[in-house]
Amino acid sequence: MATQHETGWQHDLYDLLRRKGITQIAYVPDAGHSILIDRSLADPDVHSIPLTTEEEGVALAAGADLGGARAILLMQSSGVGNCINMLSLIKGARVPFLTLVSMRGDFGEGNPWQFAMGQATEAVLAAMGVICLRIERREDVIPVTSAALTMAFKSGQAIAVLLSQRLIGAKPFD
Amino acid sequence: MANETTSASPATTTPGFVLERGEAVPELIGRHQDFLIVTGLGGTACDVGAVAGDGAHVFSLGGAMGAACMIGLGLALARPDKRVLVVTGDGELLMNVGALATIAIKDPANLAILCVDNGHYGETGWQKSHTSLGVDLEKIAIGCGVRQTCTVAGTGDIAYGARLLRGGNGTSFVVLRVKPTEPPAFKRNFDASFCRDRFRAALQQTQA
Repeated sequence: MATQHETGWQHDLYDLLRRKGITQIAYVPDAGHSILIDRSLADPDVHSIPLTTEEEGVALAAGADLGGARAILLMQSSGVGNCINMLSLIKGARVPFLTLVSMRGDFGEGNPWQFAMGQATEAVLAAMGVICLRIERREDVIPVTSAALTMAFKSGQAIAVLLSQRLIGAKPFD
Repeated sequence: MANETTSASPATTTPGFVLERGEAVPELIGRHQDFLIVTGLGGTACDVGAVAGDGAHVFSLGGAMGAACMIGLGLALARPDKRVLVVTGDGELLMNVGALATIAIKDPANLAILCVDNGHYGETGWQKSHTSLGVDLEKIAIGCGVRQTCTVAGTGDIAYGARLLRGGNGTSFVVLRVKPTEPPAFKRNFDASFCRDRFRAALQQTQA
């Protein structure tokens, strides 16, 4: 069981997103985002939107933006590959875009299937014009995500915050 | 070139696909100013352009195939005070058909989807799409849990389809079966960033 100390940063992260006006939270479930997902489901003032595939969340974010609202996409690094062509919409229409990506195929990964997409995540995002900010330590979560929110919603950029496996914890090898 | 809707295409007509898109789409949409409209990237951008012109209340895709329905969902959730209409084709919808499942579980009452189904990929040489090979998009929508659905296959169905697009107790989904013919000629603006800014600015002016 994770202790309150271990998961406290995820609650702080949720509160930050809400303070900055995020009202649509879309996700393909991942253990690394479970607290954000649970908080969004319990929050009557946000739309909590489970997706069948991550690219739906990219298009949803563009629609929210057309309507003057702010969306965020939560996904695992394997889902980044599912978004590639849909990111043309973000780049072409210059839609402010923020995604939080929980990493697999990264520090301490025990499933070899995860490495191909995990190791390609930053290169793929960069190739589609998404700026990556990587977080390794708990104390960086709030300052880095605050910076990402400013870059996305004040400067109109596409930003991915990568939550490393060192931060969220790799499944132990047994 | 004002109206190509009756011109023949290389595609053979599939039984059940008999309506003229150039006539049926305007009848289904009616007063276009009542909607915020998102379109697909092929013929449906032209269908809507022929009705609404290059309007600030329309956002048309030029790529990112499969985006239209989910853009509609994000927009409908952001602006519950406005009615949102997605006009998309069978090919565009099939590319991200899971979006119907996502939309059904949110079920915003201000969202309507009109799928102009000609059973073909008209932009790429009139190859058959899955819908002329037996796939029924209305049944998929029903299976996803969309409660307000209909298929418009004859002129007698148009009035009911138009009513569904304009209201109801949840998201509505209308399949319009049409002949595989060229969409209306329309020169659209492919500058997505300009269209996004224009759409947002116009909508902001109507803010309650």
